[in-house]
Amino acid sequence: MSEMRYEAPKTVEAAVALLAGASGTLRVLAGGTDLLVQMKSGRVDPTLVVDVKGIPEMTTIAVENGGFRFGAAVPAMTLHEHAAFSKAWPGLTEAAMLIGSYQIKGRASVGGNLCNASPAADSVPALIAAGATATIAGPNGRREVKVEDIATGPGKTSLGKGEIVVSFFLPARPAHSGDAYLRFIPRTEMDIAVVGAGINLTLDASGKCTAARVCIGAVAERALLVPDAAKALVGTTVDAAAIEKMGAACSAAAKPIDDKRGTKVYRTKVCGVMAKRAAAIALNRAKGAN
Amino acid sequence: MAKQHVMTTINDNAVEFLCDMHQTMLDVLRDELHMMGTKEGCGTGDCGACTINVNGRMACSCLMLGAEAQGKTITTVEGIAQSDKLHTLQRKFIEHAALQCGICTPGMLVAAKTLLDKNKNPTEEEVRYWLAGNLCRCTGYNAIVTAVLDAAKEMRGA
Repeated sequence: MSEMRYEAPKTVEAAVALLAGASGTLRVLAGGTDLLVQMKSGRVDPTLVVDVKGIPEMTTIAVENGGFRFGAAVPAMTLHEHAAFSKAWPGLTEAAMLIGSYQIKGRASVGGNLCNASPAADSVPALIAAGATATIAGPNGRREVKVEDIATGPGKTSLGKGEIVVSFFLPARPAHSGDAYLRFIPRTEMDIAVVGAGINLTLDASGKCTAARVCIGAVAERALLVPDAAKALVGTTVDAAAIEKMGAACSAAAKPIDDKRGTKVYRTKVCGVMAKRAAAIALNRAKGAN
Repeated sequence: MAKQHVMTTINDNAVEFLCDMHQTMLDVLRDELHMMGTKEGCGTGDCGACTINVNGRMACSCLMLGAEAQGKTITTVEGIAQSDKLHTLQRKFIEHAALQCGICTPGMLVAAKTLLDKNKNPTEEEVRYWLAGNLCRCTGYNAIVTAVLDAAKEMRGA
């Protein structure tokens, strides 16, 4: 084990300075529910751990331009307990609340789920479907990035040295919008997604879909945004035929691996099924039934 | 190796300790503070045996660094009884024989108390979901769920 430094800075700038100025294996600590497991198993042996839970903008939820901004280190439970947030984004909230036990949900954050970069991360397809952007801070200042551009493969992100994901921004919600996330696991609780699907859609007053985003998880090296699946919904009333076409587009986009949790063939089929069921829930929510 | 000086509150007592950077809160409780109530099961956040309450939320102490305890308010199983008077939950666990080997019990008690602190009248389903992160290999869970529901009932004065 290396000599490890632990720092708990109070500002993003101080956290960035610590990470940019250090060499060796550097890790950001939010909930620690992945990092401590990796440290214990010897997979990661950090020389510097920067605990970001003392940084106010990384741990708060705020209304911004009619939408929400929430810190990357906000625990899943805090999103769930925030009445206005969980009402506006029930799909994203439910996705975050699928992560582990209540012990884990009280600590695990969406920022950590994203930056751990597991292809099976539950909150990530929901976050991408929601059209979230991330604010990234680094030695050269801040930049806004689409969430789908952050994870690049298992355990890998596009973040540069010294960069951290500070917060996520979810735009104002048009009327008649709904989101949903479903995953398949062979148990009822506490498991890792075999496949996941997040959907976010908006209807006009007549019930026609004007915008949609569909993102599938655990069927590729990272969560995949599927524009063809969204196209299948836009312009329709999200009827059975449109939902069927959308599910088929998801299965067509999936490029899963065989592993102990599921085979390629199984995952390809079930990701379409999960997407169809999630679309039905999102549609109901868009029509006002929460 | 340099040690971290941490000041925290455990079971209403101000506590100071020195810890190695790699030590988890579980390691600190057991090896530095000699508070043996909190148990280590899996060590990877799956079993809940090491559950403690940190600032009102339950957490696996095996997935928390000791250094993170700075300034926090922590409750462990040792803080549940009032001196030698057992908490209702503890009494109900005994009455309903909700334990056998006892390794999961401290975590179960801390988790159940965290639930009852915020929800005085949970349904059986809510208790079962809440305790999904606490594994027990002896009881089959029924006696535990019954004990928690019965404790809730008595605490409501019903």
